[in-house]
Amino acid sequence: MKISSPQFKEKSVIALADPRLRQALGQSRKGFVNKRAELVGELPEFERLRDEARDLKNHVLDNLDHYLERYEAAVTAAGGHVHWARDAEEARCIILNICQRVNAKTITKGKTMVSEEIGLNEALEAGGYTVVETDLGEYIIQLAHEPPSHIIAPAIHKTKEQVSELFEAAHGGPRKSSVADLVTEARLVLRDKYFQADVGITGGNFLVAETGSSIIVTNEGNGDLTQTLAKVHIVTSGIERIVPTLEDVALFLRILARSATGQETETYTTLSTGPRRPDDVDGPEEYHVVLVDNGRSKMLGGKFQDMLRCIRCGACMNHCPVYGAIGGHAYGWVYPGPMGAVLTPLFVGLDATYDLPNACTLNGRCESVCPVRIPLPQLLRELRHMQHQQGIRPQGEQRALGAWRFVAERPSLYQFANRLAARVLGRLGGSKGRIASLPFARAWTDSRDMPAPEGKTFLEQWQAR
Amino acid sequence: MPPRSVPPPRVGLFATCLMNLFRPNIGFATVKLLEEAGCTVEVPAAQTCCGQPGYNSGDFDAARALAKQLIKVFEGFDYVVGPSGSCMATIRLDYPKLFENDADWLPRAEALAAKSWELLSFLAEVRGVTTVSASYAGTATYHDSCSGLRSLGIKQQPRLLLGAVNGLALTEMRDAEVCCGFGGTFCVKYPEISGRMVDEKIANIDATGADTLLGGDLGCLLNMAGRLKRQGSTVKVFHAAEVLAGMATGEGIGGAPK
Repeated sequence: MKISSPQFKEKSVIALADPRLRQALGQSRKGFVNKRAELVGELPEFERLRDEARDLKNHVLDNLDHYLERYEAAVTAAGGHVHWARDAEEARCIILNICQRVNAKTITKGKTMVSEEIGLNEALEAGGYTVVETDLGEYIIQLAHEPPSHIIAPAIHKTKEQVSELFEAAHGGPRKSSVADLVTEARLVLRDKYFQADVGITGGNFLVAETGSSIIVTNEGNGDLTQTLAKVHIVTSGIERIVPTLEDVALFLRILARSATGQETETYTTLSTGPRRPDDVDGPEEYHVVLVDNGRSKMLGGKFQDMLRCIRCGACMNHCPVYGAIGGHAYGWVYPGPMGAVLTPLFVGLDATYDLPNACTLNGRCESVCPVRIPLPQLLRELRHMQHQQGIRPQGEQRALGAWRFVAERPSLYQFANRLAARVLGRLGGSKGRIASLPFARAWTDSRDMPAPEGKTFLEQWQAR
Repeated sequence: MPPRSVPPPRVGLFATCLMNLFRPNIGFATVKLLEEAGCTVEVPAAQTCCGQPGYNSGDFDAARALAKQLIKVFEGFDYVVGPSGSCMATIRLDYPKLFENDADWLPRAEALAAKSWELLSFLAEVRGVTTVSASYAGTATYHDSCSGLRSLGIKQQPRLLLGAVNGLALTEMRDAEVCCGFGGTFCVKYPEISGRMVDEKIANIDATGADTLLGGDLGCLLNMAGRLKRQGSTVKVFHAAEVLAGMATGEGIGGAPK
């Protein structure tokens, strides 16, 4: 996927001025936040489950080579194939080769963020394949030719009216206005595609080392149809999505649905283990898993290993006030919000992503809801540290930071500067006690008054008692 | 109150940068509250900043340099107390992280962290304060500043203390725990996003009908007061310490000087 993160500031300003985005985001996010709070409140052991999930993920990551090998052996024993992709290009090649070999024409897809990460749709379409997204949100943004703006609700930025317009243009009228009618219309259109599909591509919420199973959770059942009805099923997944046993999956399912959509469990939880066996009534003839590294193994053993615990629930972005203000597109790549602000610089590089770790108040609400307790604010700080060390920062900011340190390391100078500022700003505040416009602090005074100092600093008043 | 035979604890007041420059009244309110809680208070002259702007900007060396300076100035006290959850969380939680690979400084950082407290939690938890002599005529809503809330667990302490203020009614706003958009340098690096966040906060404040906004961190209060004043709001903004000390007179933060 093409990255537009360097335009973060411009895109966020445009997003803030979009009333339909504000309407769409406001409604859906509030739903997610409230439902999560309600469901978590009903589960007294939720905090303990978060600890267990964190610890289990840490164990897997510390022993990832072992579990990946076990997983590959189990997939192979079940008659499937595991493919290792070091980067996005290798992943695309592997999938294109499979599609070519089986002479595919139509490809259905369940929602997979890894496929967005590796730019799969563009590559498949360039290869002449018909690609149909079957997740309702993904289908909507495919019609709109837009990238997802949320990892579990890709079309969260669209209002019902916008979807209605898109469907009318794509399917022909009459125009539907209720959500139920829109869903029915999409279902009818998609139903035929499942049967036409030669290849079905899904993601993998969990890969089970013990059994070689891949597991997806959906609310629409589209993933089941995608992976069951096509001749070939390809799973795309990051290498970190391994869990040791089916028993462990139960733990993650309990926290995933509650954290993501505020449900006790998602409507469909579907396990796939290898291709169709002789006695099976349905299922694909071939079963492939493409395990994508694409920067993940570099995070192992370092400061960012914690990020690999992520189970892609989206709770961090649902609770992030910055995401809530600007939506997901401004972040400029596949993964938005707090988890994206950590992952994107690590996956695509620090140079193009300066704003992502910085456009955050470090308020910590994301960490407080993360089901696997990823210390997101601290990881964002670590990225800022890397930016600082590599000199990736606007020069003005760099100089201001240097000047601040110089003064703050010299108490007498620091207090002198503060006394001066207290007098100047105090005078500017005048009888109103606030300053409406300050040339060197426009970023503050364009939208806020600056409360003025009293005229003398606390320390000088204290010393003069 | 501790028994008379115990000498009063010696508290070093950390005069946070914003308080020192913008609102000394909060500093004097802090001193008054600490003295009423049986402490002797000193204000070391050699103090500057805790280093948080450097730490949050990724300049960990600058943060360490200022942390060392602060540790040297304050390590002789029984406690270090400051009227900010944000600055005190830096000292309590981030200093030990900054020196995790420094065998000389880590013990000093940890020792200081262990005796560093945000004012309201210090009064409620360490000094067991349950009553105050202040009164305030008005209805206030309390904004939970993020660092204090999530890093230091400050939620009930200010409400308990403010509940003891004669004449003061407290009313909760929706999303009191959601960031106001200040975020240190965030508010000037991303002013448009920050502006939207503070607007949402203000809509929640207005919806309560409260005539006063209180909080425990001056950065957030300057942000919200500045936006309230820009919109022509009559809501008065004070640091909770000012109300608790009976020093919340005048028009508050961003209002005409007394």
